[in-house]
Amino acid sequence: MIFINGQPTDVESGATVTAALERLGIEPGARGIAVAVDGEVVPRSCWTQRALEPDSRVEVLTAIQGG
Amino acid sequence: MTDHDQTTALPTPAAPPRPDRSPAAAAPAPTRPDGSPAAAAPAPDQLIIADRTFGSRVILGTGGFRTLEALAAAIPASGTELVTVALRRIDVEARGSLLDVLKTAGVSVLPNTAGCYTARDAITTARLAREALETDWIKLEVIGDERTLLPDPAELLVAAEQLVDEGFVVLPYTSDDPVLARRLADVGCAAVMPLGSPIGSGMGIRNPYNLSLIREQTDLPLILDAGIGTASDAALAMELGCDGVLCASAIARAEDPVAMARAVAAAVQAGWLARRAGRIPRRLYAQASTTAEGLAEFT
Repeated sequence: MIFINGQPTDVESGATVTAALERLGIEPGARGIAVAVDGEVVPRSCWTQRALEPDSRVEVLTAIQGG
Repeated sequence: MTDHDQTTALPTPAAPPRPDRSPAAAAPAPTRPDGSPAAAAPAPDQLIIADRTFGSRVILGTGGFRTLEALAAAIPASGTELVTVALRRIDVEARGSLLDVLKTAGVSVLPNTAGCYTARDAITTARLAREALETDWIKLEVIGDERTLLPDPAELLVAAEQLVDEGFVVLPYTSDDPVLARRLADVGCAAVMPLGSPIGSGMGIRNPYNLSLIREQTDLPLILDAGIGTASDAALAMELGCDGVLCASAIARAEDPVAMARAVAAAVQAGWLARRAGRIPRRLYAQASTTAEGLAEFT
């Protein structure tokens, strides 16, 4: 169990950031998106390698209207 | 006497205001040996921040527009070339893409750290913005109070210094405190962006004296970042020496955002020109504009 944008989500053991993004229906090549895992930014170039731990908190952000 | 007359009745300075690094300032423009201008004088609508020149002194905040269509219409009306965006959790159901709209409009994106209350969160958000939007530019906001949305000066300064160290072009949203503005400049920020009054309040510039003091002490771009309610507030900001204004709610939440975008753009130009024109000093009593010499005597 990990948390993607606060939602508890089941993923396979050893799943990567790319797998978490797929759960949201986001393709690995998507632009305008950034990912943090447990408060640390995971650069796009590391999405396919970065493995998630149980209880990892994955934040997937994009630009919205603001300030 | 209008409200503005009262609030801007600055004491006559002993010396004229700091000459602005700009155009029409009294001295003739330097010329090359062949008589051509040595450097094009910045136009009223050229805003230079860090290594970039923008063809408008208006920065538009994208928050508050009811629809993306309304935003898309207001962008050309404002003339802006730089617009702010915020970062939030992705909504995969969201309709339309903000970034597509901004790309079509041909404007640059300035991400902000809105909603951050600590230096740590603001720094992480800035790093995510760099990753998501492929820009080193960040409008740094670190809020210290939920009700007023006033900046937290201590956290702001810590975050600014760290982000400058990481190579960001930092544009900090700050209170109108001249000392804090100087500290932000000292740590290497690319501009200072004081508020005129709280975000979204539309109360205009509550402390024009502080804005003047900030102008006196820094050559960095000075952008009024919050509080504009209508066009005259933007003109006043420019008359006080700002290099530009960041305007969001005043345009986005106006009854007619496109019309207000035009009004703010015109006011910014007018204020910028007026600042360079050199206003007359304020006087307590009248000064006749018509000579008394040659006045007829009828009795």
